[in-house]
Order: sequence, then C-alpha cells, then structure tokens
Amino acid sequence: MWPRLGITGTRVNTPESRDNFLRRIKQSIIADPLVPRTDPERKRFLIRNLVLHFRPTTVPEATLKFTLTWGLGGMAAVLVLIQIFTGVMLKFVYEPFPAGAYDSILYLQHDVLFGQLVRNVHHWSANFLIFIVFLHFLRVFLTGAIHAPRQFNWVIGLAMLGLVLLANFTGYLLPWDQLAYWAVTIVTGMLEYVPVAGRWIQQVVRGGEEIGPKTLRIFLTLHTAVVPVFLVLLMAFHFWRIRRAGGLVVPRKAGEERTEPAARVLTMPNLIVRETVVALVLIAGVLLMSTLFDAPLGNQANPGLSPNPTKAPWYFAGLQELLLHFHPLFAVLLIPAAVIGVLILIPYLPYQTDTSGVWFGSEVGRRTAWVSALASLALTPSLILLDEYVDLERHLPGMLGGGLIPAGLILGFVVGYALFLKRRFSVTTREVTQAVFVMMVVALVVMTAICVWFRGEGMALCWPFGKQ
Amino acid sequence: MAKKVKKPEHAEQILDRRSFLNRLWAFLSIAAVAGVGWVVLGFFRPGKGREREGQAGGTVTCGSVDTFEPGSVTAFPIGQFYLARVAEGGFLALSRKCTHLGCTVPWVEGKKQFACPCHASAYDITGNVINGPASRALDLYQVSIENNVVIVDTRRTIRRSVFRKEQLVFPEGS
Repeated sequence: MWPRLGITGTRVNTPESRDNFLRRIKQSIIADPLVPRTDPERKRFLIRNLVLHFRPTTVPEATLKFTLTWGLGGMAAVLVLIQIFTGVMLKFVYEPFPAGAYDSILYLQHDVLFGQLVRNVHHWSANFLIFIVFLHFLRVFLTGAIHAPRQFNWVIGLAMLGLVLLANFTGYLLPWDQLAYWAVTIVTGMLEYVPVAGRWIQQVVRGGEEIGPKTLRIFLTLHTAVVPVFLVLLMAFHFWRIRRAGGLVVPRKAGEERTEPAARVLTMPNLIVRETVVALVLIAGVLLMSTLFDAPLGNQANPGLSPNPTKAPWYFAGLQELLLHFHPLFAVLLIPAAVIGVLILIPYLPYQTDTSGVWFGSEVGRRTAWVSALASLALTPSLILLDEYVDLERHLPGMLGGGLIPAGLILGFVVGYALFLKRRFSVTTREVTQAVFVMMVVALVVMTAICVWFRGEGMALCWPFGKQ
Repeated sequence: MAKKVKKPEHAEQILDRRSFLNRLWAFLSIAAVAGVGWVVLGFFRPGKGREREGQAGGTVTCGSVDTFEPGSVTAFPIGQFYLARVAEGGFLALSRKCTHLGCTVPWVEGKKQFACPCHASAYDITGNVINGPASRALDLYQVSIENNVVIVDTRRTIRRSVFRKEQLVFPEGS
C-alpha cells in the first residue's frame, strides 16, 4: 500500500486527511509513522529520512560485533558534531583580536551562563577526538581493514587524521594565553628548519615574522572555516566508501574463510540502536569530564616572557621530543615525511594473502606484534636515556651526529629486525609491516609520554608530579 | 559521389580540427588552473614592509655610551632586543629570539648568559651558543654611535652563525 503515500504523502482525497489540520502538517513533513514498529516500516523510515538515508538499509550482521570496531568511528563522528555545535556557540562570544581575545575568554567563563561549560565541552571533545581517532586508526590497521576495496579509504582516513590535528592546533592559539602563544611559537618555529622554503612557509603560516594579529586571523579562519568544511566533506566521502565496500570489514578468526555473501540485517534498528547507545555513553563521558575539570587557561600571552618549560600541545609532544634528539632537518622534515609516506603506501604493498577482518592477521601476527610493542616500550626510553648521557651530537656536531648516524642506526635496526622475523619465523608481509607499525606507534606514544610527563625545567628529564 | 571518395581526407580534417580544439581546451584549462594558482599564492604571500611601518621601534635611541658598563646587558623591550657591552667596551644589539624555535631568552645575570627556558639553549654575552640545541648565534641589529649616543636600527635582522670581532661597534675615540 505504501507507494501511494509518495514523498509528500498528503493523501489529498482521503477522509483522514481532512479531519485533522495538525496531522496534515505532520504528514507533509514526515509521511511515515514517527515510531516505526515493523521491519518494512523501519526500512521505509530509513530510506525516506534525510539524515538516515546516508546509511545502507542493511549491514552485514557480523560487523555489529562491538569488539570489531569498539564504536570508535561512530564516536569520532559524534565528537565532530559536538565540536561544530559548541564551536559555533563559542564563535558568538569570541573576539578574534590579540587585544580582546583573552578578555573574551574570561568574559565567556565568568559572565556567560554556561560559558565555562561550553568551553569545557569543546576543549575535552577536541582532546577526546584526537585520542579516539588515533585508536580508530590502530583498530583499522590491526583488523586488516586496509586491503582492497578499502585501500583508498585508509588514505582518506589519514587525511582526516591530519585535519583533526590541524583543527586542534589552530584552536590552541585562540585563547591567546601564555600556553597558546608559546606552544604555537615553537611549533611554527619548527617550520623554519624545512630546507629552502622553510622561512617562506613559516611566514605564510604566521602572516609575517612574528605571531600577531595576522596569525590569529589565519588560525581562526583555518579553525572555523577551512578545516570543518574539508573534514565534513571527507567524512561523507569516508562513509560513502564504507558503503561502497559493502559495509565494514567482516570479522573472522585466523584461517577462517570469508563467508560470501555475509548475512545482512536491517540497519534500523540493529545498527542505529547500537550507535545511539555508544553516542549517549560518549556524550555522558564528555559532560562528566567537562563538569569535573575546567579547560586550562594560562595568563594572557606575553611575547616578552617564555614560560619554563615551553611545551608543544600534547599531540605534538612526540615531535618535540624527537627534536631534542635529532638534527631539526631530520626531526621536522625527513622522519615525519618518511612516516607519512609509509603510512600512505601500507595498503598498496604486495600482500600474499587477504587477511582483512582478522585481528593481527594470524596467531603469529598477534605474538610478533606484542613482542614488537614490548621491545619498543623498552628500547625507546633506553635510547632517550642513552642520548641524554652520551650525547652523540656533542662529539659529532651537525648532520652526522644529530641525524645520519642515529637515524641510520635505528633504520638499520628496524630493517634487521624485519629481516630476522622473515628469516627465522617466515612471517608474511602483513605480519612484518604490522611488527614495524606497532614498534613505531609505541615509540611515538612513549616519546609523547616522556615529553608531557618526564620533562621539567629547561626540558631536562625529571620525575612527573615531583619537585623540580 | 565524388564527395564520398574524398571522405577519408575530410574525416582526417575533422580529426585535426578536433585534436586542435582538444589541445586548445587542455591549454586553456592549464592556463585557468595556473591563473587561479597565481591568485591564491599571491593572496597568501606574506606582506612585505606594511607591518614594519606599524611596528614599534624602527630605530631605538638607547642612551649615552657611559650609561652602559662594560660587561653589562640591558634589555630594550620596545625594540625586542638586548644591548650588550662586552668587557672590551664594544656594543652589540642582540635579538631576544632564540635561534632554535623562537622563544624569548632572558639574560641571567648570575651565570652571565642568555638561557632559553624552552629547550635549555644558552648563549654568552656576545650571543654565541654555549649550549645546544640552538645551532646559530643570536641574531643582531645594526648599532651605530652618534655623538656618544647608542642607536639601534631594528628594521633589519642580521643573521649570523657565530660571533666575530668585527660585529662589535666601539664608541668614537676608544
């Protein structure tokens, strides 16, 4: 019967439509029952709803398993929506000029009803977003959801990871406090070490030599216009490609054949309800965090006084730690460029077998991944301590001691380790790539943790929370 | 019928015209992209000169030579520099920006050095690096001494790798 309803669903000539004015208005907006109760009704509801029709009508049943996705992608999407919502609210109060920015934050926190809460939600969601997106990135890699037809979606995901970092970093400057001013000073200071174009890039980013009104204008535009637009576009692209791939990667055990075609169930209610639960728990978490802890705000920015120590935002702390040990050319350009390049190319390596959907690829993969993680957990701090006390750069200044030799040694070690795994345990490409990936990820996490918690005055090593 | 015989030639002409137009379109597209690229790049090129005029400073008159003891360092927040007078009596105007990542370096009188709070770079009174990670000496500004008055021109930053004796400016008659 339902095709009669049409999209407008006015049913002009039926007696029901004449009896109730409000009902006619409701019918003109949503023709279907507001609470669909049968499967055909739900299916129709999903297809005809503007927001929901982005979803497929059915999804593979096995992908509903929580331990496949941990709800991470959905959480990231929810956090982006929270950011847009609270960000627009903040934009009504914020004054984007160095003279007024800090005061407008104080005004927001003290005089605007719920101003502090809205800023807290924006702050904590931003930080959660990086964390969640990073976990999502790990999950996608470790479940092998990067093989055909999902290869390019991995690349889109990396681009979004970059945008999330950019969003956070450009937002960091806006309160115009000491924390913001100096963190942005040192991170944009790193740009100067890019060969040839470094100073030019730095001046474009800062809008001049110094961090000033133009920098704030540029950062605000990136933060509130450029990044959100590209992020939302890429999100649509990302979701669309998941749909094109027939849904998420279907989880299976090592050695288990893929069951084709996977059994499918209706998106509504099966997936929608699960997503709603995750979203609500997440929102509750964000609100709880925002009620308990205020977003930090230092003193007003003072270009004459650098705080001691001055640290980059935590998501760039790993980079700052790298900079303490390597020649800037290596820390700022060569190493990050190599890592990004390898990440982009990972899905396109020649793999022997399709292990998509299998956590760690195999039992051997699981073991090698754990061993690699533990090795990195032990080696990274050891190398940092070694550099602290041996300080190769003092004996061999410049490129050699600060770049070529340590970077070469580390690269040599990683390649040697990969070859060892291959020869000794005859592991597959997937397992080798995974072992190296896990090592790098743990190294990044360790370096970030050291820079954030174990560096005190003058960036010297110290114990966290203790006396300096 | 004669036309039918000529058809291959005619067809070739059409193809020629088509490939010409295709190339023209390709050329125009590249030109359009280049044009937009030029506009975008030009738009985002950092402004030269304009903001300099608005900046505080330009030239800063620091005061009489005798007010600065040899071996002393005086901060001039207006010009964002330090005026250092070395033991031999020569002057240097040192930028307060650390050459590592641009933090502001305070002068630590007790240690007689500039100590960067951000990454522990240290410089001596001449701006030379004592401690890394900085790899270049502090930038300089031009110092001139007229009628025994020290004047510093902050409009141009002089980059250098190390301190050399010639960078010192001595008062007249010393």
